[in-house]
Amino acid sequence: MATSAPRRINDFTLKIATVNGTGSASANTLLMKTIFRSGVPVTGKNFFPSNIQGLPTWYEIRVSHAGHLARSGSVELMVALNPETYARDVRELAPGGYLVYDSTWPRPVLLSRSDITAVGVPLARMCNENFTGVRTRILMKNICYAGVLAALLNLDLARMRELLGETYAKKPQLLESNVKALQLGFDYAREHFACPLPLAIEPMNRTAGHVMIDGNTAAALGCVFAGATVAAWYPITPSTSLMDAFKGFCERLRVDAASGVKRFAFIQAEDELAAIGMVLGASWNGARAFTATSGPGISLMNEFLGLAYYAEVPAVLFDVQRVGPSTGMPTRTQQGDLMACAYASHGDTRHVCLYPADPAECFTMAVEAFDLAERLQTPVMVLSDLDIGMNDWMCPQFQWDDAYRPDRGKVLGREQIEKLEKFHRYLDTDGDGIPWRTLPGVHPKGAYFTRGSGHTQFGTYTEDAHDYQLVLDRLMKKWQTAKTYVPRALIEGAGREVGIVSVGSSDSAVREALGLLAAEGVSVDYMRVRAFPFGAEVERFLAEHALVFVVEQNRDAQLRSLLTLETPVAKAKLRSLLHYSGLPVSSRFIVEGVLAELRGRPSAVKPSAVGA
Amino acid sequence: MTFIAKPKVTHPSLPQNALGLTRRAYEGALSTLCAGCGHDSITAAIVEACWRLSIEPQNLVKLSGIGCSSKTTAYFVSGAHGFNAVHGRMPSIAMGANAANRRLSYIGVSGDGDTLSIGLGQFCHAVRRNLDMLYMIENNGVYGLTKGQFSASADVGTRAKKGETNLQPPIDPVLLALDLGATFVARGFSGDKRQLVPLIEAGLKHRGFALIDVLSPCVTFNDHEGSTKSYAYTREHYEPAVLADFVPSEAPITVDYGAGEAREVTLHDGSRIVLRKIDSGYDPTDRAAAAAAVQARMSSGEYLTGLIYVDPGEERPDFHQINGTPEEPLNALPYEQLSPGSAGLRKVLARYR
Repeated sequence: MATSAPRRINDFTLKIATVNGTGSASANTLLMKTIFRSGVPVTGKNFFPSNIQGLPTWYEIRVSHAGHLARSGSVELMVALNPETYARDVRELAPGGYLVYDSTWPRPVLLSRSDITAVGVPLARMCNENFTGVRTRILMKNICYAGVLAALLNLDLARMRELLGETYAKKPQLLESNVKALQLGFDYAREHFACPLPLAIEPMNRTAGHVMIDGNTAAALGCVFAGATVAAWYPITPSTSLMDAFKGFCERLRVDAASGVKRFAFIQAEDELAAIGMVLGASWNGARAFTATSGPGISLMNEFLGLAYYAEVPAVLFDVQRVGPSTGMPTRTQQGDLMACAYASHGDTRHVCLYPADPAECFTMAVEAFDLAERLQTPVMVLSDLDIGMNDWMCPQFQWDDAYRPDRGKVLGREQIEKLEKFHRYLDTDGDGIPWRTLPGVHPKGAYFTRGSGHTQFGTYTEDAHDYQLVLDRLMKKWQTAKTYVPRALIEGAGREVGIVSVGSSDSAVREALGLLAAEGVSVDYMRVRAFPFGAEVERFLAEHALVFVVEQNRDAQLRSLLTLETPVAKAKLRSLLHYSGLPVSSRFIVEGVLAELRGRPSAVKPSAVGA
Repeated sequence: MTFIAKPKVTHPSLPQNALGLTRRAYEGALSTLCAGCGHDSITAAIVEACWRLSIEPQNLVKLSGIGCSSKTTAYFVSGAHGFNAVHGRMPSIAMGANAANRRLSYIGVSGDGDTLSIGLGQFCHAVRRNLDMLYMIENNGVYGLTKGQFSASADVGTRAKKGETNLQPPIDPVLLALDLGATFVARGFSGDKRQLVPLIEAGLKHRGFALIDVLSPCVTFNDHEGSTKSYAYTREHYEPAVLADFVPSEAPITVDYGAGEAREVTLHDGSRIVLRKIDSGYDPTDRAAAAAAVQARMSSGEYLTGLIYVDPGEERPDFHQINGTPEEPLNALPYEQLSPGSAGLRKVLARYR
């Protein structure tokens, strides 16, 4: 076995190719958690089919002592267990990489490259000899390869047994077979190969104070802490796990032990049209309510979103973006709904959007979304995506301030209404474009008629040109106020001529690229927008840079479009780096894109922009 | 006449309800519908029922979709919040509002277009959830605001004003609701207020989904010879099966109708519906028989009216009973009861290490 390869301790990507529905997820989680508990930063990305059983699926584990969470763009160790994808899996492996495969049967296709090292383990044969039952044999093959990797990568076997013990605490027979399979793989690898490989794990202390969590779980937790009580939804990948998590948390945290009474309402709607209607009805009636959906759901919710904008009803939506257009690729990631959400619905509409970059921000922005929706009396959309929502990310442990109380915005109470001579729903009394609202059941003098048809600032029906326009202009004033309420863009560095702008989950790849570019002698400033509408700082950053790369994950440069529509920036200085394959963008993609532009066409930017 | 503001003067001799309010307190803005529209009679019946029930105006929530009928929620109980939703989607707004605050009374007013075409799905699912609301359909078989197209409730053979004959079978909301498990199903006629008012009272008090389909002729587009939803045709062909009177819990029974075979249905709050059968063979607590009777009449071109079906013990759980929500409205729960705080967060996150 080749040992001349350079050692890559705690810095490589391992990819596992299997068939979906065969139970590999538990083995992959076991590997991830073992590395995490060894104190080594790690992330896992699941590339799975829109299917229940039988199609190719991959799990990519990035180990990075530096804490990089994005895809690096190369794979150093491939576990190829799916004959259907052998050829492409072997092709994807970086030169000098390692290929683990099931050697029960001859696999000439896997031995076609001379620049990689093949590690054959008779997984099927070992499991057939040691276990009975077809399903068990298939399942145990997974834990068996985890054992092989434990030996090859120097993983702590005791820690793996401990994790299995936690998973199967209530199923002792399963625990026994899992531990046995783990050992089988471990022993075989130890016996037949020089372990560990030059790629290996060495314990560190870089994961203390962190959690491994996916964005949907984090967003659901944020909804619990925001005090949301009504959740209405229609199942759609990849948002479903957000609602499942909310329900799970509420069942643990919000059910009265004595009476069984539930301090939440969880409604599975008949479709997305109804889901958003329920959210509007509940928010209008004073509860914090939300829904979670994906692109197709946003399309269906458009009509109600226009009503909510115009009638000024708070609402919180999570759009866990997936690949479009149409049904697209439901289990792949994209940032394809930026435009659809920003201006959802007919007529002059515009919506507040928040763009979390990771699960930690899904948690904090979920809470912010409810406060903003009620302060601004308008829908707030949180645009996560499949990569953030369904993959496990390493994040700093979430913090919570016990002094937090929900900001319910301008809601008149009984005594306040009593003192009024007359209540006018859409009158701007404070000059910020935000009128006062009332809730049903409080006071007859506070009653008003909520409608999507033309209305005056007093809340009455109108078809009068002037009265209609007054309300529309006041809504624009509210939009200006919103610019000062939403989360600021985060800016790193200043004074350089080249800048990069990104949004959401593209952030981790850009961050890594910044370091790689610096190593190449290219220093750039960086801004991540976190909300729509854009604040003044966004405009400033664009004005201060001669050339700005806009990194986003869609074909049509939607963030770039929003920037050109909503700021005075000259189109020509915004260069798009677009990644829209359905896989999360890698740092390598960004580095290559920036270098190609700067070095391939030096006229595009003054030479001083390049260089240390 | 809509430009004339309605004066809010009350005469001291006007009768008052238990809250000391006159009927005027339950009125709304002036109607902008055509003179003689059946919908206005229904509005008047709603005003009467709310006054009789002594509902606190702010404790009523009025919901509607889009169409002539949906405009009418502005014409009654001006002290109640109203929500004019998008076309066909009122049930989802009602569901959300009801989830947030179960203590208020919810009345939805819709039309045959709003309910039976664009809103058919939401209507069906509101029935399935047994959403606690009174859902009224002002049914005229025609699209009024867009000038006279057939709706899904148009009968086979009925003729449009422009002469076209409808050949597609109607969707009957009463049969549909019976099939979907509705716990209170009634049909009325806008021209018979005596029958309609107690139905509205009972429907508002019923726990769960109460449907009242009200035949309400469109004087502009569907009141001509050859229409099966004209005043003349409806008067001739509506057939009361069961007369109902509503008796609040505190009041003694004084049934409006003459003596007959009377039967009482007690609601969850102690109030009662007194039913008097016209046809001695009819049992309004037998779902299958009710559906069969409606169908039999329909095949001979007649509408069976009255309280067609009621779940006598209000046994089917409503949304909140199924969900297990507290008696206290969700929108009134203190934040401290909703958030587990920083200590709770640490405990939750321990699982993600």
